[in-house]
Amino acid sequence: MLEIEGLNKTFASPSGDVVALHQIRLQVEKGQFVTFIGPSGCGKSTLLKIVAGLDTAYQGSVKLNGKAIAGPGVEKGFIFQEPRLFPWLNVERNIAANRSLRDKEVCKQVDELIELVRLKGFEKAYPRELSGGMAQRVAIARALLRRPEVLLLDEPFGALDAFTRTHMQEVLLDIWENNKTTMLFVTHDLDEAVFLGQRVVIMNPRPGHIRNVIGIDLPYPRKRSGSSFQELRSRVLSEFEKVETPAIEIGAGI
Amino acid sequence: MQGANNRWSLRALHLFVGALLPLSILAVWQYVTAAGMVNAILIPSPKSIAAEFGAMISSGELQRNLGISAWRAMLGFLLGGGLGLAAGLWVGFSIRTERLLDPSLQLLRTLPHLAVAPLFILWFGFGEMSKVLLIAKGAFFPLYVNTFLGVRSVDRNLFDVAKVLEFTRWQTITKLIIPASLPSIFLGIRLSIGISWLGLVVAELMGSSSGIGYIINDARSFSLTSVIFVGIIVFALVGKITDSIVKLLERRLLRWQNNLKGAGS
Ligand SMILES: Nc1ncnc2c1ncn2[C@@H]1O[C@H](COP(=O)(O)OP(=O)(O)O)[C@@H](O)[C@H]1O
Ligand SMILES: [Mg+2]
Repeated sequence: MLEIEGLNKTFASPSGDVVALHQIRLQVEKGQFVTFIGPSGCGKSTLLKIVAGLDTAYQGSVKLNGKAIAGPGVEKGFIFQEPRLFPWLNVERNIAANRSLRDKEVCKQVDELIELVRLKGFEKAYPRELSGGMAQRVAIARALLRRPEVLLLDEPFGALDAFTRTHMQEVLLDIWENNKTTMLFVTHDLDEAVFLGQRVVIMNPRPGHIRNVIGIDLPYPRKRSGSSFQELRSRVLSEFEKVETPAIEIGAGI
Repeated sequence: MQGANNRWSLRALHLFVGALLPLSILAVWQYVTAAGMVNAILIPSPKSIAAEFGAMISSGELQRNLGISAWRAMLGFLLGGGLGLAAGLWVGFSIRTERLLDPSLQLLRTLPHLAVAPLFILWFGFGEMSKVLLIAKGAFFPLYVNTFLGVRSVDRNLFDVAKVLEFTRWQTITKLIIPASLPSIFLGIRLSIGISWLGLVVAELMGSSSGIGYIINDARSFSLTSVIFVGIIVFALVGKITDSIVKLLERRLLRWQNNLKGAGS
C-alpha cells in the first residue's frame, strides 16, 4: 500500500519559490488503478517523481508498505512520456537492459513479456525502427521484467495518435489484470482517466493540490459509449468547470 | 533483381566519375614529362614512379620500412589514444577532475609537434622512445577531446532510467555512458589515427635510420624524387586504408545509429 501524508514540495527559483505540491494526502491500495488528471503545471510529474524516489527533497511522508521511500528502484517502475529506450540495444536487450539474456530465466521472461506487449517478431528491431506506440510498449515490458509493485506512468500515451492510444490502453489493462500491479497513471485526457482508473484524482495548480477524488465504479472492460460511463465522465468534467483555468484538453481522446 | 542491378551500375558509374579527374591528371602528367616539358629531376613521370615502386617492393625495402613505420604509429596510437580515451572518460565523468586537469591539457594541446620534437630527442635520444612518444602526444588529444564531449552529451534522461532500473555505477559506465558516447569516440579514433601518421612523419624526418619517413628524407638528400613520390603515395594509401577499416568497424558497431540502412544512396 502507498500512503502519502502531508506532502509539500517547493522549487526554489530565481523569480521566487514555486509551490509545486501543497498538502497532498492520498492512499492507494495494493493493486489499485488510480489515474491523475489536471492541467499542466499542477504538479503531476513532481508527485510521480517523488513516489519513484527520483526526487527526495520534499516535506511530508511518502511510504510504500509502511517504509519511507529512500530512492529509485525496480519495485517502482517508471514509464516516462517518451519511451527513453537505449538506442544502441534491440528490443529484447532493451527489455533486459542490465540483466543478461544468457540467463535462461531472464530470457524466458523477456519472451513472455514480448508476447504480452504484442511485439512478437520485433525482438531484434532497434528503437529507431519502432513506432512511438511500439517503443512505449518496450518501455513497459522493461519495467515489468523487474516485477514492480507499483507502476508510475507519466502521460505515457500523450504523444500517440488517438487510435494507437486506445490500443495501448487496452494493452495496459490486460497487463494490469494479469499482474495486479498498482498503477499510478497521469494523463491530461479526461476519457483516458475515466476509462482506465478505479479512482480519478483531480488536481489543480497554483499551488498544486488534490481537488477531488472520484471513484469510477464500473466493471472492466468498459464501454465508452455506455450511459454510466458518460455519466461519470460528465461528473469529472463538471469538477473542472468549477475551475477558472480552462487549460485542460477535454475529450482529446475521442 | 532489377534494383540490385541498378545499384551496381550506379556504383560503377560513381567510381568512374570519381576516377575521371585523377586519371586525366595522370595522363597529362605522363604526356608532359615524356615530352620533356619539365625537369625530370623535380617531377618524374608516373611511369618512372611506378617503376621505382616495383623495384622497392621486389627488393623488400618498401615492406620492411613500412612495417617499421606502421609498428611505431601503432604503438604511439595505442599509447596516446588509450590514455586519451581514459582521460576523456575520467574528466567526462567528474566536473572536479575537469577543473583540475582540463586547463593544463588544453594548454598542452596547442603545442605543435615540431616545437616539442627537439625536446623529446634531447630527453629520450634518437631511439624508438622519442618517436613513439611524439606520436602518442599527437594521438592523445583527439581521443581525449571527443571522448570527453561524448560523455558530456549523453542524454540526461537516460540517467533517470538507469537509476530506476537500479544500474550499478559500473553498469552506468559500461552500459550507458560508453555506448552512448561511442559515436564521438569513433570520431576521436579516426582523427587520432590521422594525427599518428602525421607525428610519424615528423618523428622519422627528425632523425631516423628506418621507416617511410626516413626513406623520404634520405631520398631528398640524393634528389631521388621518384622515391619521395613513392613514399608520399604509400603514406596516402595506408592512411586511406586504415581510415576505411575503422569506418567499417564503426558502421558495424554503430548499426543502431544508421538511419538509412539499405536505402539506396
Ligand atoms: N526542476 C524544477 N525547477 C523549478 N520548478 C519546477 C521544476 N520542475 C517543475 N517545476 C514547477 O513545478 C510545477 C509543477 O510541475 P510539474 O510537476 O511538471 O507539473 P505537471 O506534470 O502537472 O505538468 C510547475 O509550476 C513547474 O514550473
Ligand atoms: Mg508533467
